[in-house]
Amino acid sequence: MAGFSYFPHTEDDLRVMLERIGVASLDDLYQDVPERFVFRGEYDLPDAMSEQQVRDYFESLAAQNARLKIFAGAGAYDHYTPAVVPYITSRSEFLTAYTPYQAEISQGTLRYIFEYQSMVCTLTGMDVSNASLYDGPTAAAEAMKMALACTKKKTRVLLSRTLLPHVIRVVETYARFHGVELGYIDARDGQTSLESLQKELEAGDVAGIIVPQINRYGIIEDLGGFEEAVHAAKAVAIAYCDPSALAVIKTPGEWGFDIAVGDGQPLGIPVSFGGPYVGFMACRKDYVRKMPGRIVGQTTDADGKRCYVLTLQAREQHIRREKATSNICSNESLMALYVTVYLSLMGPKGLRKVNCLSYGGAHYLHDELLKTGKFEEVFTKPFLKEFVLKPLVDTEKLQQKLYEGGFFAALSTEEGYVSFCVTEKRSKEEIDALVALVKEV
Amino acid sequence: MKYYDKLIFELSKPGRQGFTLPENGYGRCVKELPEGLRRQSEPELPEVSEPDVVRHYTNLSQMNFGVDTGFYPLGSCTMKYNPKVNEEVAAMPGFTGLHPLQPGVDGAKAVIEGLDKALSAITGMARFTFEPCAGAHGELTGLMIMRSYHMRRGDLARTKVIVPDSAHGTNPASAAVCGLEVVEVKSNAAGLVDVEDLKPLLGPDIAGIMMTNPNTLGLFEREIGEIAALVHACGGLLYYDGANMNPMLGVVRPGDMGFDIMHLNLHKTFSTPHGGGGPGSGPVGVAAHLADLLPTIQVSGFHGNFGVMLRAYAYILMLGRQNVKLAGKYATVSANYIKESLKDVYKLPIPTVCKHEFVFDGLVDDGAREGREGATTLDVAKRLLDFGFHAPTIYFPLLFHQALMIEPTETESLETLDAFIDVMRKIAAEAAEDPAILKEAPHGAPIRRPDETTAARQPILKYQDA
Repeated sequence: MAGFSYFPHTEDDLRVMLERIGVASLDDLYQDVPERFVFRGEYDLPDAMSEQQVRDYFESLAAQNARLKIFAGAGAYDHYTPAVVPYITSRSEFLTAYTPYQAEISQGTLRYIFEYQSMVCTLTGMDVSNASLYDGPTAAAEAMKMALACTKKKTRVLLSRTLLPHVIRVVETYARFHGVELGYIDARDGQTSLESLQKELEAGDVAGIIVPQINRYGIIEDLGGFEEAVHAAKAVAIAYCDPSALAVIKTPGEWGFDIAVGDGQPLGIPVSFGGPYVGFMACRKDYVRKMPGRIVGQTTDADGKRCYVLTLQAREQHIRREKATSNICSNESLMALYVTVYLSLMGPKGLRKVNCLSYGGAHYLHDELLKTGKFEEVFTKPFLKEFVLKPLVDTEKLQQKLYEGGFFAALSTEEGYVSFCVTEKRSKEEIDALVALVKEV
Repeated sequence: MKYYDKLIFELSKPGRQGFTLPENGYGRCVKELPEGLRRQSEPELPEVSEPDVVRHYTNLSQMNFGVDTGFYPLGSCTMKYNPKVNEEVAAMPGFTGLHPLQPGVDGAKAVIEGLDKALSAITGMARFTFEPCAGAHGELTGLMIMRSYHMRRGDLARTKVIVPDSAHGTNPASAAVCGLEVVEVKSNAAGLVDVEDLKPLLGPDIAGIMMTNPNTLGLFEREIGEIAALVHACGGLLYYDGANMNPMLGVVRPGDMGFDIMHLNLHKTFSTPHGGGGPGSGPVGVAAHLADLLPTIQVSGFHGNFGVMLRAYAYILMLGRQNVKLAGKYATVSANYIKESLKDVYKLPIPTVCKHEFVFDGLVDDGAREGREGATTLDVAKRLLDFGFHAPTIYFPLLFHQALMIEPTETESLETLDAFIDVMRKIAAEAAEDPAILKEAPHGAPIRRPDETTAARQPILKYQDA
């Protein structure tokens, strides 16, 4: 048989091994597989390629994708990733390790997760963070289940209709099978309505609510009065937030909320066609034992040296099995490292500047687009980097024109609006070029 | 490995910065936002220079052990070599720069379609969804499909799922999250699902069964044909936990064994790096009669972990038709070689031929004597670290008290296996002579054994608490 570069087995090696085992051939190791199930055919796969052929093939596929200037968000934000982030995260000691079960030789992973937890806590204003979840929408679904676990015997969770559509869809999927009854809080003027919330709370049986901070229209919601209403109903207040924006906007902690979830993608993770990203979850101290996922804690070793371990594991699936409230095992550890390295580089000043540049660019674009006369304002609420407008021109023609000009912008929303997003990666020249194209529609 | 003590926060000094950003030429800033919507205090993030960041994380990485560092025989985790060309492919800007909702993504779609076709060919399933981000996420998605199948038929009484006592912990947890009640089926003395114990469990309330084949003892469930017939006859479906698919490459396809739904762990069988605990990818494959249910269940934000899918597809194309078939058999021969080489010094509860992994139940002579405690599986695991090996999976499966689960994979050489065998024998000899050296291990790692009790009783979970 021909050799293959990932398999070290030589003919001689195989002979030695088979002899020790006491069988004549590799096939003899599968005598317990009933003959009728043994696959005797050929896999319908291409022949083995050389490494160069594989690289060329993927380069040709990558070339079939349009490289666009991204002026859209809707849950995936095109912020700049500093060179240090992929450089550090591709170090094989981080990349090729497993979950840090053997703490003595996993202090690198454990330490950065501890740093990550600390950073998530300071951004959200919460007491404790877990080590990561899959993505933002699944983090919201986990928070929904957590609300039930925190409140006992209640079965309803309320979702704001201003949450991003993909967050609502994933939470609905989990709710359908987990037996959670979902209610909805209506929007008014582009923001979650306190009146509608109060009405739903009066109906009773509410374990928790999930509202966005920033919402599907890019609006920074005013959550004044929410905490009081929710806590009076003995329910849990959950905010779904953009963690990058939390450097400058009022945090879930400051709003008096109990749990903060969201997607860590805006913190240094490339848009990457939707993944891998990283879900984050942080909560008040009282709820830590109901929080899903791994948690790293600080302790000392037998010599008194400061060190880090996975802790509070009695919550987790491998201990609780069918009594567990979450099944999460593998999470997104390496993506938590992306976030940690990114936040280390940016610090409070850099993250503020990212927000100022995004804010400046978004407001400039917003005003320039309105000047073209091709759009109408929908909401007049404060926004940060993303906003929606009502198009007065044919949306498809608009999108096509922008696409042909090399832009991904004017993303259609369910309500018939178009949304735009500007990050610090976009220059004023690019914005002007986009607006010039819009004028031609 | 040396010990490095700092947290990034401890390097912080006001005035330092690690970022470069363009000047704000818009003349507008977040200060314009209403006071009541603005954050009141700066987040407590570190202020450090770029070289500080690079050196700090490089130092942290040097306290870590990965597959590239050394042998990682962690049972059930399939710690095979992670090919480097996969990393190059995943980092191509033509993929990383794609917004998930943008048009003009023919190349990305071709990746998903190509991987779907390849995995379907390898498993005998009809179609895959790639939304699940990990194995457990795949299990949950698969069970949602199982429930949807029954609900669609109006068969609402099927609220229970059968799970073997040897199953991964995620199986019963996924079932619970999916709103199903778990019914446990026992293993027999041979370590296989006990068909006689299964029969009385089957009825009109059973949605299906979750099976891992080979199971977590590394044993092929040889009665799978009968089990499939029984479960199908009672109206249930069969779910295949693909965590242990690796040794079956080139030998058996789950679809041919009668499984209706399955997941694969791309980060196990298909060589994508584990990343210290993710990102993984747990695509779910279904038989043709369930394919139309896939679009009805959205379990993650966009298209799943696309970057992981790219790596897996590159791996399959590198191996090609010829070599995918060899991976499973090489993994199996390596596992059996270790098992046969150590079974005189470690207790082997089930002596039959294993697949990719097997389980010892502690030492034959743990060194326990009058007035002296013997060495446990934990002690063996910790002592292994001193010799430059990662430990096997310990205390799982739960069927044995001193379980030590070893999985070498197909990417380790005979020399590496022999070195591991020598060390395992040396440790066994040390234990028999005096378990103390094991009990105090590791001696050469960056830290000694951590105090986990205090960590849990007085949790310090962030820098600000310390």
